Amino acid sequence: MSTITFMLDGRTVKARPDQTILKAAEDAGIYIPRLCAYKDLIPYGSCRVCSVRVNGRIQAACVQTVTEGSVVESDTPEINEFRRNLIDLLFVEGNHFCMFCEKSGLCELQALAYRFGITAPRYAYLNPKRDIDLSHPDVYLDHNRCILCGRCVRVSQELDQKNVFQFVERGWRKRLQVNGEQLARTDLRVTDAVVASCPVGALMKKRVGYAVPVGQRLYDVRPIGAEVEMKGGK
Amino acid sequence: MKQVTESAVEEICRRFGNERTRMMDIVIAVQDRFGCVSREAMDAIARALGSQRVEVESVVSFYSFLSIRPQGKVVIRLCNDIVDWMKGYETVAESMAKELGVTMGETTADGAITLTSTPCIGMSDQAPAALVNDVVVTHLTPERGRQLVRDLKRHLDPQQLITMIGDGNNAHPLVHAMVRNNIRMRGPVLFADFEPGSALRRTLALEPQAVIDEIKASRLRGRGGAGFPAGLKWEFARKAPGKRRYILCNADEGEPGTFKDRVLLTECPDLMLEGMAIAGYAVGSETGIVYLRGEYRYLLAFLESVAEERRHQGLLGHDILGKKGFNFDIRFQLGAGAYICGEETALISSCEGLRGDPKNRPPFPPQKGYLDQPTIVNNVETFCCAPRIMIEGASWFAAMGSPRTTGTKLLSIAGDCRRPGVYEVPFGISAHELLEMTGAENPGAMLIGGPSRQMIGSSRFDGRICYDDLATGGAIIIFNRARNQLEIAEHYLDFFIEESCGYCTPCRVGLILLKKAVHKVVGGAGEPRDLDEMRDLSKFIIETSRCGLGQAAPNPVLGALENFTELYSGLVAERKPGLLPTFNLSEAVVDAEMRVGRQSEYV
Repeated sequence: MSTITFMLDGRTVKARPDQTILKAAEDAGIYIPRLCAYKDLIPYGSCRVCSVRVNGRIQAACVQTVTEGSVVESDTPEINEFRRNLIDLLFVEGNHFCMFCEKSGLCELQALAYRFGITAPRYAYLNPKRDIDLSHPDVYLDHNRCILCGRCVRVSQELDQKNVFQFVERGWRKRLQVNGEQLARTDLRVTDAVVASCPVGALMKKRVGYAVPVGQRLYDVRPIGAEVEMKGGK
Repeated sequence: MKQVTESAVEEICRRFGNERTRMMDIVIAVQDRFGCVSREAMDAIARALGSQRVEVESVVSFYSFLSIRPQGKVVIRLCNDIVDWMKGYETVAESMAKELGVTMGETTADGAITLTSTPCIGMSDQAPAALVNDVVVTHLTPERGRQLVRDLKRHLDPQQLITMIGDGNNAHPLVHAMVRNNIRMRGPVLFADFEPGSALRRTLALEPQAVIDEIKASRLRGRGGAGFPAGLKWEFARKAPGKRRYILCNADEGEPGTFKDRVLLTECPDLMLEGMAIAGYAVGSETGIVYLRGEYRYLLAFLESVAEERRHQGLLGHDILGKKGFNFDIRFQLGAGAYICGEETALISSCEGLRGDPKNRPPFPPQKGYLDQPTIVNNVETFCCAPRIMIEGASWFAAMGSPRTTGTKLLSIAGDCRRPGVYEVPFGISAHELLEMTGAENPGAMLIGGPSRQMIGSSRFDGRICYDDLATGGAIIIFNRARNQLEIAEHYLDFFIEESCGYCTPCRVGLILLKKAVHKVVGGAGEPRDLDEMRDLSKFIIETSRCGLGQAAPNPVLGALENFTELYSGLVAERKPGLLPTFNLSEAVVDAEMRVGRQSEYV
């Protein structure tokens, strides 16, 4: 197969022509932070954490395909400041209490905050009032922690061949909605791929609290993105 | 409130072929029939389309004209655009609310009438205005508002509110509206006489590529505001691989202060439809869609009759004008109250029966648009230019305007001036000349291209209307020196917050934080670094947002910071202790008090 070449933070990177910048970078052992991007789902581009500058223009690396000879900036002070802001925005938009959250240490939002050295958001919390759906026997949905990344919407459709989740309303009112109002009334099963896809503690299995103690979990021991960077021999 | 019956919903879905992509038409028809799209109705739609209720709900809840909960039999949507505020929105709203015994957003106890507000309905030249169901009422005053409510209470028939009829086709029986055209200046491109079919006849004598070459030679640029060369767009779509190609007409002008397409739709629908057919021939398309904003629904029956007439004349349909194998027909797609659908990829989403979320680009619509096929989306005015170019020739067109921006531009001008209305002017005209023409009163600022573009102060009145200087899709609002520019900026920011689709983080959340920062400063609690924060946050939102809405939304705030620096800086002072920029201490205390249910000792 033909390959194309582009520059990423001064490094020459080879890629397949149909690859996204995010995937091509990953293959080269370069981690571009991301939240809404997940496995092989159709690229979505909503969180904007993977923003990079492509030939001078900000683009989401998860949706943008590589082009021959393009110059991509990712790990720069300016872009990292944008990412920091985006992570901040997602924290203040919801109600995130890491110290009481079963997802702590496995949460990608928290892990990104650690990676970017965020100890407290630079903006004031919005403190929205949101619901928790405990109706399902095996799974719960805590809207306080939802970051509207759309992973569950897409995994349910693309991998589980169901349609359990959708977004309703628009703008700042936009929220996740389950089919038939309550999780218990949907055809969601605990074995569905969607259950493991939530990057934060919004969609969680019941009755598995603290099987691994906080402090020994994935992102407690190494930063998010390390698995990609290790591939690159960094 | 009629009982939702499964069979009635099924019948509606069948009318649209049980096609998931016709969701917009289906839910609008269901709401027409039952007053809202209830959960039972959404269940029935989902069953008929083989979908899920939540999927239907995701669409219904996106559009502000669609409602899941029952509304009044009559819904009054008072336009709350800035021009309406300048012309007395507040007092009209107050008198209507008082007469109805409700507050904004409520329905009368008998379930008869709902009073709510809506952003610009395209009537800035006859503000304050309102939509009463689909009926437009203009030039409202507190007294007229009160009378309107009294009349409605009696007959609940919006049609009976129409006592005066507008000029031109507004008086056509299928329009029957009190809207006035207010055509103040007629130019040679849009308002000259036009014989339906005359441009198509010339077009069909040429090869499609020659038509594209002619449009390219005219240097016609998109009239929606972005100014992309039309001929180039058509060529991309012609050359892109695809099973079918689509011609989409953007009749969703939602930029606050814009109403020029309203006048074109009323007076020049043949020109527009002929332009679409020319594009269809040039691009190799058989299908066109006119996306008509829900606010202009009062024009729909008329527009459909014009299209039907063109079918009779052989100007739409099979073998157009006897040209074997050239088939082109159109349908109208009604919107339902979403500014974002004026963005071309959001418009495509809406035509596909989806939420009006913009799509990821690239691929661009000419490569992959409606139903993933090559698609061109052009503004009403752009299509109206095409027939004239085919008749008069590219060089005739290119001789008008300024060198890089050829032809004429239709402007809708409103605000503090004596002659609001539409003006067809050559590109290159100066802002100062426009102020003279319109009889501007003590002008202090002009909003060129609506809030998504730029506010200019008097130092820039020598600027010229063209894509290299003062670019505009056609909206121009004049503000006199007494107008409060900070209030205006905040008002427009609120507009963008309400109209954001919420897809991407910076636009959805960032605008709320920007609003908090602005509010803090305007409320007198700001510090100098809050102004820096407003700039930084604005730049961040502009850079990282996914589509043009987010990339433009901070412009009103940035513009006010740049043009009227002293207004903001006069409000800030160094304070101790330093607080987070978007944090307002006194508001937070009130909020906390409400949550815990007791008074704080903090004063």
